[in-house]
Amino acid sequence: MKTVRSLILVSEDEASNRLGARTLFQNLQDALQEFDLQEEVMLSTITDIGRSDALPLVIVYPEAVVYGPVRPEDAHYLIEEHLYKGRVAEDLLAPIRQLSGRIAWLRARKGTLPAEKRVVLRRAGRIDPESIDDYIINDGYLALGKALTKMTPAEVIAEIDKSGLQGRGGAGFPVGRKWSFVAGASGSPKYVVCNADESEPGTFKDRLIMEGDPFALVEAITLAGYAVGANTGYIYIRGEYALAYQRLENAIEQATAYGMLGENIFDSGFSFHIHMHAGAGAYVCGEETALLESLEGKRGEPRSRPPYPVTHGLWGKPTLVNNVETLANTLAIICNGAQWYRSLGTLSSPGTKVYTIMGQVNAPGVIEVPMGITLREVISIYARGMKPGSTFKLAQTGGSSGSIIPASLQDTPMDFESFRKAGVSLGSGALLICDETTCIVDLAKVLLQFFRFESCGKCTPCRVGTQRAYEILKRITEGQATLDDLDEFPRLAGQMEQTSNCGLGQSAAVPLRDILKYFRAEVEAHIRLGVCPAGVCPMTVERESAQTKTPVLAPA
Amino acid sequence: MDVTKNRIEDRNIPEIVKAAIEKHGNGRDALIPVLSEINAALGYIPAQAIAEVRRQVHDPSRQVYVNESQLYSMVSFYQMLSTKPRGRHVVKFCESAPCHVVGGRQVWQALEDELKLKNGETSADGKWSLVTTSCLGICSVGPVILIDEDVYGNVTPKEVSEILAKYD
Repeated sequence: MKTVRSLILVSEDEASNRLGARTLFQNLQDALQEFDLQEEVMLSTITDIGRSDALPLVIVYPEAVVYGPVRPEDAHYLIEEHLYKGRVAEDLLAPIRQLSGRIAWLRARKGTLPAEKRVVLRRAGRIDPESIDDYIINDGYLALGKALTKMTPAEVIAEIDKSGLQGRGGAGFPVGRKWSFVAGASGSPKYVVCNADESEPGTFKDRLIMEGDPFALVEAITLAGYAVGANTGYIYIRGEYALAYQRLENAIEQATAYGMLGENIFDSGFSFHIHMHAGAGAYVCGEETALLESLEGKRGEPRSRPPYPVTHGLWGKPTLVNNVETLANTLAIICNGAQWYRSLGTLSSPGTKVYTIMGQVNAPGVIEVPMGITLREVISIYARGMKPGSTFKLAQTGGSSGSIIPASLQDTPMDFESFRKAGVSLGSGALLICDETTCIVDLAKVLLQFFRFESCGKCTPCRVGTQRAYEILKRITEGQATLDDLDEFPRLAGQMEQTSNCGLGQSAAVPLRDILKYFRAEVEAHIRLGVCPAGVCPMTVERESAQTKTPVLAPA
Repeated sequence: MDVTKNRIEDRNIPEIVKAAIEKHGNGRDALIPVLSEINAALGYIPAQAIAEVRRQVHDPSRQVYVNESQLYSMVSFYQMLSTKPRGRHVVKFCESAPCHVVGGRQVWQALEDELKLKNGETSADGKWSLVTTSCLGICSVGPVILIDEDVYGNVTPKEVSEILAKYD
């Protein structure tokens, strides 16, 4: 039997034929000859596959990409893109079927993986991350070229603003507004700082962007620099990300060699330089002002605000600090326009979001989907369900500083607005899915252990509050707590939220509230009955901790 | 421990500091990369190195002001920098929630038992140091341990002794 590289199927039924499927078939055949592919690619027909909404269909195997409706004159383009150049011709793809109602929608989506919409990660894994040529062939530097030659900085900011893009680091601040603050701030020079200090537990989306598509980040920072009027950019990357560091360094080198970075880019008169800066291991440096302190060569302790970095940032100058994913989004917006971007996601939170899925699911990993997907969909479709024998109990979003999402909120659309209304937060996009074997008190203890360890110690509510909360949680897991201790939680949480200097102390209080709000019975079972329903907590005092009654401070 | 000490004294600390500064610059903003470089070369940052960095970086004529206590405060702040000598191999265990809920506790227990060390300790023969670390960003294959530069994912308690046996 003859072996072929690809198989193309053209729909052949009455409706298709009426719409020109026969001519299409002929044109495809001609195009194959033209590109000298007739030996490698087999062309055949297929009858009704139940997609009468997009006839005539062209299906390409082995990728199983469904195109439709394809007009006869598209044949040349399709062959050139998909079979000659080897990339999916996105604009000819058959639309995802429009069905109404949640169940219908779920069913339609199930089995049609990947129903992901990749914007930020569209090149990751498809191109050679160490070759600028590969990047340019795959639409690299289109956005920057367009911005520098056809748009003024104000137009760039207006386009970003119109797109409704929100910061993807966790807070969801409108990006266009931040850019215009920096652009409008007096003082020079201005700086662009890319926050690549991704230390939120369970979050590794930025690492994937930097490792898979480093040129995009370099381009996006340059674009941001142009928009806000800066000539210097910094990438503050966490020290643990050695590979990402290497690739970005290489990307900067190659971009400079190609004139995409440095003096007078694209003959526009605009010059821009990017410096790499590796951190040395401190969670709190992900907080923007701590990051700036660290960049200036100091301890990473957050500054008091106001003034904000947009007016007084690096070296006291106006500074734009944006997350990696946020910046990566801006390229697609400039290329395709704000209108297109708004067609993804929800009204209040347009665009896509990269999530990292972990825990007791069948397929942990990373996905990029439009905003507004619910947790239930993420688990049942993208993560292929819970592990056999596991039942969903809770999800922890956004690393440590997110929220605990109980089963009752599984159907809340995941976007900044809906989550805010439900009293939870989306955070940075980590989804830790836990089942019945996770004890809520134990989980909170691990979170507080983390905060207590990572607290920079500058302000008292955070330094002492995290320690106190950890002690109480530890007592609960050892069966030594009283119900009075539970009353301490809201009080402590309130003080930490209101008086901590930065987000670390404020969000450290969140698990304290959440566990009582959603899982009070389980917490009380530890205290009243002396049992841990999940069978995780020791419920007896470990000998060592009984001997050392002196308070143990967090190790330095 | 004596072995490590001798080794440090044999090395030319001013030279190492000078090389790090030449590579990363002598401004304040280069301090963290410089200190990381020294930490990588020596395994930790001894007091002599801190004094040497101050000597070579502090320069009022360039408006760069650095003193030893500031440097010490930085070295003690960042987790990747160490003020104390570490073992030849540093075992870092991720103790964040994603690794914790997929069986991290048992792996940590196995590490403690196998190495007979507690968190932050270095073995008497100077071979091992055991530390916990925050998320390493490799959460989809938790529980994760990092030995020197090598990452091990999906670790089970049984595999721990096997993994440790690879190092001498």
